[in-house]
Amino acid sequence: MNTTGYKVKKTILYILLIILAVTCLLPFLLMLVNATRSGSEISSSFTLIPGDKLVENWHTVFEYFNLFDGMTNSLKVAVPATVLTAYFSALTAYGLAAYEFKGNKLIFGTILVFMMIPGQLGLIGFYNLCTKLHLVNSYVPLIIPAMAAPGTVFFLRQYVMSALPPSLIEAARIDGAGELYSFHRIVLPIMAPGIATMSIMGFIGNWNSYLLPMIILNKKDKFTLPVMMASLRASTDINANQGAIYLSVAISVIPILLVFAFFSKYIISSISAGAVKE
Amino acid sequence: MESKKKSIKRYNRMGYLFVLPFVIVFLIFNVYPVLRTLYISFTNMRVSERENIMWVWFQNYQRVLTDKFFWRALWNTVRIWGVNIVLQLGLAFLLMMVFSDVKYKMKGLSVFRILYYLPNLIAATSIAFLFKTLLDWRYGTFNQIINAVYRLFGASYNPINWLGDPSYAGVSLSVIQTWLWFGNSFIMLMAGVQGISKDYFEAAAIDGAGRWTIFGKITLPLIKPILMYVAITSLIGGLQLFDLPYLMAQKTDASYESVQTVVMYMYKFGFETGTTQMGYASSVAYVLFAIICIVSVIQLKLFGTKEG
Repeated sequence: MNTTGYKVKKTILYILLIILAVTCLLPFLLMLVNATRSGSEISSSFTLIPGDKLVENWHTVFEYFNLFDGMTNSLKVAVPATVLTAYFSALTAYGLAAYEFKGNKLIFGTILVFMMIPGQLGLIGFYNLCTKLHLVNSYVPLIIPAMAAPGTVFFLRQYVMSALPPSLIEAARIDGAGELYSFHRIVLPIMAPGIATMSIMGFIGNWNSYLLPMIILNKKDKFTLPVMMASLRASTDINANQGAIYLSVAISVIPILLVFAFFSKYIISSISAGAVKE
Repeated sequence: MESKKKSIKRYNRMGYLFVLPFVIVFLIFNVYPVLRTLYISFTNMRVSERENIMWVWFQNYQRVLTDKFFWRALWNTVRIWGVNIVLQLGLAFLLMMVFSDVKYKMKGLSVFRILYYLPNLIAATSIAFLFKTLLDWRYGTFNQIINAVYRLFGASYNPINWLGDPSYAGVSLSVIQTWLWFGNSFIMLMAGVQGISKDYFEAAAIDGAGRWTIFGKITLPLIKPILMYVAITSLIGGLQLFDLPYLMAQKTDASYESVQTVVMYMYKFGFETGTTQMGYASSVAYVLFAIICIVSVIQLKLFGTKEG
């Protein structure tokens, strides 16, 4: 009696969990299906069976803008920015963790303060700086600042302190290895899992970034994917172009879904790390 | 002895080399913009400093605090965040209880949490257009589904303008925000629960404690710091809400005034042609920062924990 009640309750719980999971996926599913249907079909009814208007929608989208140009531009920003964040954060984190020098505490304290400061606080000053340096419409202000990522430095500093035995560096010193050589040959490989975790999140963040690129870039051929997508905002004729809008959203979403499919383990662990470390 | 000390010092000096690139870029692109914004907020700068700029002291701040549209925007932001955080934390909390229950021992955590987290990865621009199209009043799929359900019960559905009607637009945004963020909160809470030593639970079970006692006496107090952390980071993010309402609300909609957030208000004066008043926009940024600080401190005091 008790066990059947237990089983029934457990089954109900699973059903509720699955419904919630479907709620998370349904909008994407509708997106994929609607991307293959014409505007008038979508307006008149809904279905989960794909239609046959994919090619038409594709032409409509690419008449309006070339999404692949947007993707290329996004890659041009996101890849170097992610690499810079990864390398220089690791370098800084190790520098702060392994050496005692004047100002070490001050730098670390400032990092902690800036982790709490909301990003929009310096936005106008940042734009003002970019106009003075003639960096508007350039990718430089979207890439170079990635060298200084306070949150990543904080995380990697904790990581290197728990993962790197100091005796290893001592041994390398006795063997006559230089400090930078030791960093590249010994420290970096040990930090690799932590760096990978932060890099995947960093890449996704850069890829999805909207406000800053929108402010910095104003030439159409420089637009990153989110800025390009945002120009849909002006399109008011939702009825006729619905299928095309769904298709462009789908094209913009697929690269992230691929990244997620391969790296979901790292992504989950980085969020968990955030919770436990703070 | 002496020489060893010296050599350690020599190594330590190498630390400067390691942190130097970071410090330079950090000063230029993080510290300077924040201070520069503070400076601009005390001036009457409009578009650039090529004009005649005057130091106006607290005039901009006075204007922010007396502009009813600013307060309106703040209220909108808080309301959208508030509804969202209650739903988001409530849902994450329920899920955490289900998956940490000692009696049911639910399986599939790793699959479920990936699915729940998925929406959070998608760019806000894509999410905005996806929902703008799905929730369209006349042609959207969402209203079609509701209509079909109504018809199933023989009722007739008067389509709701989810994004255009001022009484629904804010709540719609809160629910979308919840949909985006509950997985994130859930993963964090779950990481907290899994971090609790199994010994506590076993000891409690031996003492004959029931699941609610275990939950109230062990789980809850131990994950409180994480709950705090989730609430504060969500607040800092929530008060900066921009992308979704900016992209989803049409200026011509009746609902526009009820979803304009503080950062949208700041953006209007900072960057939109015709209304650009950088001095004023900078003071908005600092007022928002002050509000975030005050609320964070109150949150910390209220739930008084050492960590946070």
